[in-house]
Amino acid sequence: MGMRFFGASVLRKEDPALLTGKGRYVDDVKLPGMLHAAFVRSTYAHALIKSIDKSAALALPGVVAVLTHADLPEPMRSRRLPLYVPHPAIKQTFMPWPLAKDEACFAGEAIAIVVAESRYIAEDAAALVEVDYEVLPASIDPREAILAGAPLAQHGATSNIVTQVPVKIGDTDKAFANAPHIFREQFAMHRGGPFFLECRGVVADWDATAEQLTVHASSQGSHRFKRTFIDLLDLADNQVRVITNDVGGGFGPKGSFYVEYAALAAATIAVGKPVKWIEDRRENFVATQQERDQYWDMEVAVNEQGKLLGLRGKLVHDGGAYVTWGLVLPWIAATSVIGPYVLPNYQLELIVAMTNKITCSPVRGAGRPQGCFVMERMMDRIAQELGLDRGEVRRRNFIQPDQFPYKVGLIFRDGRPVTYDSGDYPKSQQMALDHMDWENFRTRQEAALKQGRYIGIGLSNAVEGTGLGPYEGATIRISTSGKIVVFTGATPQGQSHKTTLAQIAADHLGVDYNDVSVVTADTATIPFGMGTFASRTAVNAGSSVHLAAIEVREKIKKIASELLEVSPDDLELKDGAVEVRGVPGLRKTFRELAYNAVGLYGFSMKADRDPGLEATSYFKPEQSTYANSCHVAEVEVDIETGHVKVTRVLVNHDCGNVINPMVVEGQIVGGVAHGIGNALFERLLFDETGQPLTTSFADYLLPMATDVPNVETLHTETPSPLNPIGVKGAGEGGTIAVIAAIISAVEDALRPFNVRLTEMPISPERIVELVLDAKHK
Amino acid sequence: MKPAPFTYHDPATTAEAVAVLASHENARPLAGGQSLVPMMNFRYAAPDHLVDLNGIESLRSLEVGARIAIGAMTRQREVEFSTDLAAACPILIEALRHVGHRQTRNRGTIGGSLCHLDPAAETPAIMLLHDATVTTQSAAGSRDLPMGDFALGFMTSALEPDELLTRVSFDAWPQDHGWGFEEYARRHGDFAIASAGVLLTLDARGAVERFAMVIGGLGPTPQRLHDFEAQALGAMPDDDFIKAAANAARSVEAMDDAHVSARYRQHLASVMSARALRRALACAAQRSLQHA
Amino acid sequence: MPDIRKISVTVNGKRHEAEVESRLLLADFLRNTLDLTGTHVGCEHGVCGACTVMVDDHSARSCLMFAVQANGKSITTIEGLAQADGSLSILQEAFRQKHGLQCGFCTPGMLITLTEHLRDNPDPTEEELREVLTGNLCRCTGYQAIVEAGLDAAAKMRASKAEHA
Ligand SMILES: Cc1cc2nc3c(=O)[nH]c(=O)nc-3n(C[C@@H](O)[C@H](O)[C@H](O)COP(=O)(O)OP(=O)(O)OC[C@H]3O[C@@H](n4cnc5c(N)ncnc54)[C@H](O)[C@@H]3O)c2cc1C
Ligand code: FES
Ligand code: FES
Repeated sequence: MGMRFFGASVLRKEDPALLTGKGRYVDDVKLPGMLHAAFVRSTYAHALIKSIDKSAALALPGVVAVLTHADLPEPMRSRRLPLYVPHPAIKQTFMPWPLAKDEACFAGEAIAIVVAESRYIAEDAAALVEVDYEVLPASIDPREAILAGAPLAQHGATSNIVTQVPVKIGDTDKAFANAPHIFREQFAMHRGGPFFLECRGVVADWDATAEQLTVHASSQGSHRFKRTFIDLLDLADNQVRVITNDVGGGFGPKGSFYVEYAALAAATIAVGKPVKWIEDRRENFVATQQERDQYWDMEVAVNEQGKLLGLRGKLVHDGGAYVTWGLVLPWIAATSVIGPYVLPNYQLELIVAMTNKITCSPVRGAGRPQGCFVMERMMDRIAQELGLDRGEVRRRNFIQPDQFPYKVGLIFRDGRPVTYDSGDYPKSQQMALDHMDWENFRTRQEAALKQGRYIGIGLSNAVEGTGLGPYEGATIRISTSGKIVVFTGATPQGQSHKTTLAQIAADHLGVDYNDVSVVTADTATIPFGMGTFASRTAVNAGSSVHLAAIEVREKIKKIASELLEVSPDDLELKDGAVEVRGVPGLRKTFRELAYNAVGLYGFSMKADRDPGLEATSYFKPEQSTYANSCHVAEVEVDIETGHVKVTRVLVNHDCGNVINPMVVEGQIVGGVAHGIGNALFERLLFDETGQPLTTSFADYLLPMATDVPNVETLHTETPSPLNPIGVKGAGEGGTIAVIAAIISAVEDALRPFNVRLTEMPISPERIVELVLDAKHK
Repeated sequence: MKPAPFTYHDPATTAEAVAVLASHENARPLAGGQSLVPMMNFRYAAPDHLVDLNGIESLRSLEVGARIAIGAMTRQREVEFSTDLAAACPILIEALRHVGHRQTRNRGTIGGSLCHLDPAAETPAIMLLHDATVTTQSAAGSRDLPMGDFALGFMTSALEPDELLTRVSFDAWPQDHGWGFEEYARRHGDFAIASAGVLLTLDARGAVERFAMVIGGLGPTPQRLHDFEAQALGAMPDDDFIKAAANAARSVEAMDDAHVSARYRQHLASVMSARALRRALACAAQRSLQHA
Repeated sequence: MPDIRKISVTVNGKRHEAEVESRLLLADFLRNTLDLTGTHVGCEHGVCGACTVMVDDHSARSCLMFAVQANGKSITTIEGLAQADGSLSILQEAFRQKHGLQCGFCTPGMLITLTEHLRDNPDPTEEELREVLTGNLCRCTGYQAIVEAGLDAAAKMRASKAEHA
């Protein structure tokens, strides 16, 4: 098989519709008789709900129903949302009720759903629902929440510690006892969010006659949603269908199942009509999950040469009000610390705190940016203390290319030992440094300083576990029209699966990629799926499409060989037909073969053949594949205003084989912008009572076109041995390491003031404060 | 985020508009809608009657001469692209380029900016810098107010609920005046954390002949530095002078909020005023060369 | 009693008469009343730019206008940007070539903003495009490909104009 499309920057199949306004996002779904929902949300971070008076709301013309927890159908009423990723270490598994039952645990938690003829009226009515609260003390700062005597974030909790687990490699105490240098640093990483442009949304439609629930959702995995509806309502497989069409960005938090979705199902069942709920931006700021609050108190031990002897300390992770994602985030953070370096001894006390803030879920990077930040900041500190170049310190610590597969000594979030499959970290960094002329930066920096300009350069490396299991699947079917469709549970939100998966299939089937349709995330078309998150789709869905396409190809050859009476080996697939090699004209079209494969009414089917020109494959990776990247950033700091201008960013990225370079490039560049937001702009604030203070795009600053530079990229391709197409994930690699690189660059620009930066994001105000403090010293 | 219900009025004249305002409780004028409609969508504002001024042609005007007069409903865009204003009052155009974005300036109006009176808004600051006169109209008649009296407090103007702002006017500065406007906002088009505007003329010796300076974003309304302005007259604009201006700006009383401390605002005000002043001086020097 | 108004609006060259409640946002009118769902709603407070449409000759936030205010006006949405024969406009095609969209949610606003800007400034610099694009947020692309698409479209439009001159 020739690789015509795999590896080519072909144009996206998604684009013509999206460029002409013909996308189908959830808010574009319009069903006959459809009603609209709005939510009544807790105005307090922590309160008991004493009573709810919905009479005024119900009296408003156009209002159809108001449901509270008491109005939910059984068994939903007596069930909390299921925990996605249970773990034996999780001591307190608090999950939310579909609508708050008698306690609200964060400001914004849904308490009642109003259904009306329009969203306008639903909002009018929501304002009329009277909730009588008894305000309770709230725990907001996770560092305080875990102390004895802190207000409990949930009724019935024994403390605010969800779990406390040790992470351990080697004998850290011993390593520290003999270490010539030990440095301590405390890191603070703050909350940001996904802030996809399309807010969440659901249209739920209960067909009372057929007893079937159809849900259109803006999601990152329709199958998981289906499973949750089944769990909450005790329905059978045929009774729930979840469809996700176009999605306007996900970045992690659209992967969670939220209480609003359960309430929508309850609402459509109650009113017998389809009900739509589209989250508005204010709700998005108080109800969509967020991430990145972590506090690390760490010590690093190194030898005289700057080689790592050990790392130890404590991580306090703010999980927010509910434990939806269990240990996932802090665990990823804890394992990502190691990065591309040999770390012989490591000990971390990992504490997950429960607070009265919005629940945390993975956001682009999912704990990795924090882990990377800790190690990379430490590397810079070591360089500074030992008078070494920052690149050199890292060079001395890299895992070498001949050490793969490299066992880090920890268990990853996939349940398998962290085993890096492939990579060449020293080369990756060297390429990046050369490209940026790292060697000569000091000269440029001094010249700039003479003009009163403060420029800096920073670098950062990351290793990223991608392509997590358990599986993703693909069914490829050629219908009797000869048309080819790939069905998969992967759920794109901009990642171009409809193009890349078609590219993979097209090569095997000998057709143009435009002749392969890809249907994603409709649970009626493929029974199992996980969805698109954690940079897993190219690996999982890509591999299953590859395997299924090969199976279909073999089936085509087999049937054709029987019909044409030639050996399958003499056949080749070309332009929607199979041909005897060297004998043009001796061929069978896919249409003919598909017709044949379906079977003839009343005739017996061959024993060795399953009906249909189709195959299904579920690729189940043994373990994660580990992508890596080196980021170098240059900045200019205005020391008077504290403003940081990111002037250059280079990413040298290795995600194994690349299916579509244009798409990968887009993922990386976009990821960098997200990381620039995390480094410099994006911060969700809460006051001491837990009221969110950033509830609009005027307070929460997403990077704009003038805040990001043109990102330069280099690609190293170290194919992964762990899947048949040799790919690794690419969705988050742009974000993870850029944050540390930028902070490193800012610190470097401020060299004359000798400041140390240990937090992200870093605000201009903070920079001015540090510079002024240094000047006054 | 849908607005609460209201009754819509679309008067064709100012007289009709003020009559509607006078005869209805909780009525609110709607100009470009770039501040009011977001507030309505958040339901921070819920007028029962919305009086749309967009159909009142007479409120759209731009006169540029020795006196400059701008009708309330003149769009920010129209001012931004006025070549007459570019010559007569370039600082206004420079400041307007910091107001939101292309799409918001296409609809946002000068009058709307003045009435909304965000503490960091550029237009009120520039009007205060020019000692502009605000003209209002109600069913009872018309009033002229100095900008300083119009800006009463935090997002609060001196307008009565039944009163419209109809125009703002001010004397153009001499052709050879120097000007400088600087602001610091986190991102392009955001409301500034602090801003500074300077107008000045120099005499033949190069000493300050006429001087005005405004600071935006610190207090509830923009502030003129009257004391410093008085001291400035006759001064030689050297580095000490700039330092003194920066110090005067720093001492303007400032507000704290969740995102920014008062101290940082004051620090930025001093930085912005030094920068604006330097630009104004360079500009005046260059212009006097051109005129010589 | 809801305040209902009769309006007549031309959208993408087609006249529509409708009765609307006065509080109906123009974005909702386009999307729900006229079923022109290409215009997107991302914030409803004027910042994200996804809802940007052309009102008469200028771009505007359709989340900050009421449908009643569009009475007598001519509106262009993303559905109205393609060429007469249905093929992509030069700008749309440039977005496709340069990968100027990922999820596509910001795209309607991006296209309208750039359509206006390139009409008024046929030879823009990168800096200028970045500045005008501050009125539109994108979470996916990092803007780079959008800026490239804008520059590419401008060059192609100039070339095609020169050809037809
Ligand atoms: C994303 C974004 C960024 C922005 N950035 C900035 C910025 O950096 N700087 C800045 O200054 N502004 C900024 N703004 C706001 C600016 O765009 C508005 O145009 C301005 O604040 C209000 O003008 P308007 O014509 O839109 O008025 P409207 O929003 O229609 O009205 C504002 C207020 O003034 C009242 N009003 C309006 N006209 C009159 C009148 N003639 N008589 C009596 N009352 C009247 C209204 O009742 C209302 O209370 C921004 C807006 C957005 C959406
Ligand atoms: S929806 Fe109108 S600007 Fe965001
Ligand atoms: S392409 Fe997704 S927001 Fe721009």
